Amino acid sequence: MNTEILSPVLIIVVTFIIAVPLGKYIAKVFKGEKTFLDFFAPLENFIFRIAGTDPQKEMDWKENIKALLTINFLWFLWAIVILAFQNLLFMNPDNIIAMEPTQAFNTAVSFMTNTNLQHYSGETGASYLIQLIVFCFLQFVSAGTGIAAAALVFKALSNRSGSNLGNFYNLMLKSCTRILLPLAVIVALILIFNGTPVTFQGAEQVITLQGDTVSVARGPVAPMVAIKQLGTNGGGFFGPNSAHPFENPNYITNFTELASILIIPVAMIFALGYYLNRRKFSVMILSVMLLGFICLAASSIYFEMNGNPEIEKLGISQPLGNMEGKEVRFGPSLSALWGIATTSTSNGSVNSMHDSSTPISNLMQMLGMQLNAFFGGVGVGFINMFVFIILAVFISGLMVGRTPELFGKKIEAKEIKIAIIVALIHPLIILSGTALASHIWAASADPAVSLKWLNNPSFHGFSEMLYEFTSSGANNGSGMEGLSDNTPFWNIAAGIVMLVGRFIPIIGPVAIAGFISAKKFTPESAGSLKPDSVIFGVVLFSVILILGALLFFPGLALGPVSEYFSIMK
Amino acid sequence: MSKHFSNTGSKLLSADLILTALKEAFVKLNPAVMVRNPVMFTVEVGTVIMIALCIILAVSPDESQGGLFYNLLITIILFLTILFANFAESIAEARGKAQAESLRKTRQDTPANLILKDGSISKIMSSELKKGDVILISEGEIIPSDGEIIKGIATIDESAITGESAPVIREAGGDRSGVTGGTKVLSDRIKVLISIEKGESFLDKMIMLVEGASRQKTPNEIALSILLSGFTIMFLIVTVTLEPFGRYSETPIALASLIALFVCLIPTTIGGLLSAIGIAGMDRALKANVIAKSGKAVETAGDIDTLLLDKTGTITIGNRKATKFYALNGFDEKVFTNYCALSSMSDETPEGKSIIELAGKTQPEIYKTRTEDLKIFKFTAQTRMSGVDMKDGTQVRKGAFDVISKLISDNGEPVPDTMVSIVKNIAEDGGTPLAVAVNGKAAGVIQLEDIIKTGIQERFKRLRKMGVKTVMVTGDNPLTAKFIANAAGVDDYIAEAKPEDKMNYIIKEQQSGKLVAMMGDGTNDAPALAQADVGVSMNSGTQAAKDAGNMVDLDNDPTKLIEVVEIGKQLLITRGAVTTFSIANDVAKYFAIVPALFVLSIPGLQLLNIMNLSSPQSAILSAVIFNALIIPMLIPLALKGVAYKPVGAEKLLARNIFIYGLGGIIVPFIAIKLIDIILTLLGVI
Repeated sequence: MNTEILSPVLIIVVTFIIAVPLGKYIAKVFKGEKTFLDFFAPLENFIFRIAGTDPQKEMDWKENIKALLTINFLWFLWAIVILAFQNLLFMNPDNIIAMEPTQAFNTAVSFMTNTNLQHYSGETGASYLIQLIVFCFLQFVSAGTGIAAAALVFKALSNRSGSNLGNFYNLMLKSCTRILLPLAVIVALILIFNGTPVTFQGAEQVITLQGDTVSVARGPVAPMVAIKQLGTNGGGFFGPNSAHPFENPNYITNFTELASILIIPVAMIFALGYYLNRRKFSVMILSVMLLGFICLAASSIYFEMNGNPEIEKLGISQPLGNMEGKEVRFGPSLSALWGIATTSTSNGSVNSMHDSSTPISNLMQMLGMQLNAFFGGVGVGFINMFVFIILAVFISGLMVGRTPELFGKKIEAKEIKIAIIVALIHPLIILSGTALASHIWAASADPAVSLKWLNNPSFHGFSEMLYEFTSSGANNGSGMEGLSDNTPFWNIAAGIVMLVGRFIPIIGPVAIAGFISAKKFTPESAGSLKPDSVIFGVVLFSVILILGALLFFPGLALGPVSEYFSIMK
Repeated sequence: MSKHFSNTGSKLLSADLILTALKEAFVKLNPAVMVRNPVMFTVEVGTVIMIALCIILAVSPDESQGGLFYNLLITIILFLTILFANFAESIAEARGKAQAESLRKTRQDTPANLILKDGSISKIMSSELKKGDVILISEGEIIPSDGEIIKGIATIDESAITGESAPVIREAGGDRSGVTGGTKVLSDRIKVLISIEKGESFLDKMIMLVEGASRQKTPNEIALSILLSGFTIMFLIVTVTLEPFGRYSETPIALASLIALFVCLIPTTIGGLLSAIGIAGMDRALKANVIAKSGKAVETAGDIDTLLLDKTGTITIGNRKATKFYALNGFDEKVFTNYCALSSMSDETPEGKSIIELAGKTQPEIYKTRTEDLKIFKFTAQTRMSGVDMKDGTQVRKGAFDVISKLISDNGEPVPDTMVSIVKNIAEDGGTPLAVAVNGKAAGVIQLEDIIKTGIQERFKRLRKMGVKTVMVTGDNPLTAKFIANAAGVDDYIAEAKPEDKMNYIIKEQQSGKLVAMMGDGTNDAPALAQADVGVSMNSGTQAAKDAGNMVDLDNDPTKLIEVVEIGKQLLITRGAVTTFSIANDVAKYFAIVPALFVLSIPGLQLLNIMNLSSPQSAILSAVIFNALIIPMLIPLALKGVAYKPVGAEKLLARNIFIYGLGGIIVPFIAIKLIDIILTLLGVI
C-alpha cells in the first residue's frame, strides 16, 4: 500500500491497540482500585491536606459542579494576573512584555477552558515562567477537569440509585497524576530523544549558512508539547505549533504526537466499557466515532493529496498534492490526518497551515469541531457524545413504543430539556458570533482598511471567521490563521464563546447524569431497546449528523463549499 | 372487534365531521390557543410578518423583496400550513367527540324514581341526580346514571354500551353490583345508589381527553414538545444568523425566503400532528371500549413489564367443565353417571351444570328427573360438599378428595388405591378431581377440566415479544395452576390466590422497578388496582374497583389489557415516527432552498441544486408547498397510528428508521421536484 495511506491507517490502529489497556487502567483509577502507580498516593494526600479537602467525601452533581466551577475560577484568576504582569516576574530571559488586557483575558480563558486558542505567539508573547506555571499547568488541570467530569457521568451511569457521583477533587487530581502525568513523561522522553529541546536559556543567536545572524527561540519545549497533545489542549510552545521543527522534529515525533492526540479520547470510551462492564456499549460508541472520523479524514486526505486546482490551472504539476502551508517532512496525507484529528478531538494543535488547506479540508475540519463528538476532547468528548446518546435514546425509545430509557433509567422531560439546551448552545454561540462579525464587516464602509481582520475577504474570509468561532465554541483552539484575531473584538468575543462553550456542555450533561443516577431502576425487557445494538448506533450517528450538519449547513455553504465550487476544475 | 361500534366506525370521516373540523381549524387560529403549540405558533408569527410585508409591498413596491406576487404566495402557503395543522387537531377531536357522543346518547335525560328519606318516591330527571341519591328502577326502565345496586337482582341489557346483545345479571352485594347509565333493566327491580356527580362520570372524563383544549399532555408528549421547541429555537438561530451571512456575501436575502426557510426547517409536520396523534390514541382506546381516566394511563400501558391476569375468563373459557366420569368399587358406569347427575340437580354452579350436561350426553332421560323426589344437600363452607338424598335413602355426596375421603374413612370404609391414583392423575393433568361417595362408600371420581381459550397461546407469545411478562392468578391448587400456566404459555402464576397475594405480587414487582398492570372487578381487588401502575376495572365491577383503577373496560373483557398495551405503544411509535420523518425532510428542503437563496451571487452553488429546480423562487415555493401539504397527507397516519409489530425492539427500530427516516429523506426530494415541475408547467413562477 501507498505509504501516504499506510501511515494514517497505522497511526489509528496503533492508537486503538494502546487505548484498550489504557482504558482498562483508567477505569481502575476512576474506581479507586489498586494500580501500579499507587506510590503517588502520599503526594496526592499531601495536596489534599494542604487544600483542606476530603477526597473521600461523597458529593452529588450540584456539589461536584460547584467544586469544578470554583477551582476553575481560581485558575482563571491565577492565569490572568500572571499574564498581565509577566514583565515584572522572573524567568523571562527574552524580556517579553506584559499582555494587553483583552489578550490576557482571552489567553487565560483559553487555557482554562482547554481551548488554547492562541492570539499571541509563544516565542514572543509568553515568558518561560508563563509557559510553565500558567500554560503547562493549565494544560494539565484543564484536561484533568474534563476527564474528572466524564468520570462523574461514568459513576452516575453505573449507579442503580442514589445521588453520589464521586468526588470531583479526587477524580481531577488523580486524572492528572495517574493518567496525564505518566503518559506525558513517556511522550516527552520520546520527543527529547528525537531532538525537542528542554532548556531555560533564552533565544540563541545563530549564524546561518548564508551568513545572516538569526535569533532562534527555544525553551522548556518537550514537556509542554507532550501535555498539549495528550490533554487535547493544543497550545504550542511556539507560534507555528507542531509545524515548528523544535516541537515536532521528525516522522517519529509526528507519529507519536498524532497518536497522542487521539489516545486518551479513545481510551476514555474503552474505560467506559470496563467501568460499566458494558464493553459492547463502548464498542458501539467507538464505531460511531471511528466511522465519523474516517469520513472526515478520508475526504480531507483525498483532497490534500489531489492538490490545488488553481495551481493546476497554472500548468504546474503537483505530484505530492497540495503542499502549500505544509511541512515537507510530513506531506499532505499526514498533515490532513492531523488536521482532522486535531479538530475532531478539540485538540487544536497543528502541523500545517489550515488556512492553506483545500476548501473541502476546511469543511471537514470545521465539521469535526461542529459535531465535536468524533472522539472529542479528553473527557468532554464522551460528555458531548452523552448528550447525543440521550437524544438518540429518546427518539428511538419512542419508535419502539416504550418510554425512552438508558440502562433502565427513564429519560424524561427534565433530561430532554437540558440535553436540547446543551445541544443548541453550541450552534448558538458559533453562529451568532460569526453573524456578529459578518454584520460588523458588512456594515462598515471600508472594512479592509478600518477593520483589517481579513486578508482574504470573500468565501475564504467567511470561512476564517466561522472557523475562529467554531474553534472557540468547540474549545478547540486551532485557527485558520489568515484572520488577524488579536483585536479587542476577537479577544473578547472568542473569550466569551470559549467560556460558554466549555462550561454549559459540562454542567448540563453532569446534571442529566445526576438526575438519571437518582432515578428508579427498571430492568431491561425484550421490549426495551439495547443501546449497544447496531441499529442504535445508526440512530446515534444520524442524530449527530442531523444536529450538526443541518445546523451548520448554510454557514458552511457560504464558506468552504462556495470556495470549493469557485475553484473547481 | 366487530362489536365495538362498527356502525359508527364507518362514519367517522363523514363530510359532517370534516366541515366541523374545518370550522374549528379557523377558530383555533386565535393566538391564545396557538401558543399551546410553540412550533405552529412561530409559523403564525411568520405569517403575520408576511401579511404586514405584503401590505407594505403593495403600497411601496420593492423588487429586492421578490415582488408582491411571490410574497403573497408564500403568505398564503404559510397560512395554509397553520390551517392544516389546526385541521388535523380538529378532525381528531371531532372523531373523538363523535365516538363519545354515540356513547353519551345512551345517557340522555331519562326519568328517575328518587327514593326520598321518608321512603316515598319522587319522579325527577336523571340530570338532577346527585351522588348519594338512591333510586328505584323497574323492569323495562333505563338506568339513569352510573351506580351500584344496593338491593335486588336484575337482568340488564348492556348492549348500548358494550354492543353485546346477551343480557347480564347484576346483583347487590357481590362483585357484580355496578350498573352503567344508559343500560336497560330487562327484569326485576333494583335499588341503585348513584355513585357519581353529574359531569364526573368516566365518560365525561374520557370526553375531556379527546378535546384538545382541556386535554392534559402526557409525560412523553411534554418531553417531545420540549425537544421540538428546542429544534425550533435551533433553526431560528440558523435563519436569523443567515441574514448577516448573506449581507457579508453581498447577497441580501428576501424576508419571505428567510421565513420560508425557517418554516421549512422547523418540525411543522410533527408540530402540526402531535396533538392529533395524542387525541387519536385516546380515541382508539375509546373505540376498544376502554375508558381511560387520563392520557398518561394509556401511555403507561405501553411500558408495562408485568401483566396480572385472572385465569377464569381470560385464559380459560368461563369455568371448569366436567369431562369424564370414573366409576369405581364395582359401581356400574351408567349408574355412577346417574348418581353424579342427580347430585348436581340443584347445583347452580357452572361445574354442577356441566356435570348434568356431560351425563345428558349418554343419558338424555336425566333431564326428565323429577326434582321434588330429591332432598338436596347444599354446599356449605362447613361441610365443603354437596349432594342429594334420594327417596330410597341413597345418599350421594361429592366434593374435594380430602373431604370425601374423610367421609369414607369416618364411615369405616376403605379409600381404594385406584381412587387415589385417579385423583392424582387428574390433578397432574391440570384437571380438578371431584370425589363421589354413595352411602359413605367410595363410588368414583368426576374429572373437571379447564378449557383453555383457543389462540391464547399466540397472544401470550405476542406479549412476550413485546417484553411483557404475564402472570396468571388463580384459586386453583399449585399443581393445576402449573399445568394450565404451561399449557397457556404464561410466564408465572399465583396459585391458591387470595386477594392480598395479588397486592403482594404487584408490590414485589414494583420494588424491582417494573411497571405492573392488572385487571379486576371485585371490591377486594380495589387496593391492588390502585397499587398497579395500570389498573383496569370491569364496568360490571363494584364502584370501589372502578374508583381504584385508572381505566374502565366497558366490555368486561379480561383480555382487553393486551389491546390497551398495544394502543399505548402505538401512540409513542407514531409520535417518534412522525418526528423522525419531519426532521429527515430537512435534508431535501436544504438542498432546495440554500442554493436558491445564494445562487444569483454565487453561481457555483448551482451545483447544490441537485433536484435541478427551475428557478430560485420556484424552489423555495415548492419546498414550502411540500411542507404544508405533508401535514394533511399524514393525517390518516396520525389518526390510525403506526402499526405496531411485536418483533423485538431492535427489529422494530430498524423497520421504523428505514420507513420514516430513510423515507423521510427520499420522499421530499421527489415531491419537491414534482411540485416544481407542476409550478413551472402552470407558469406560476
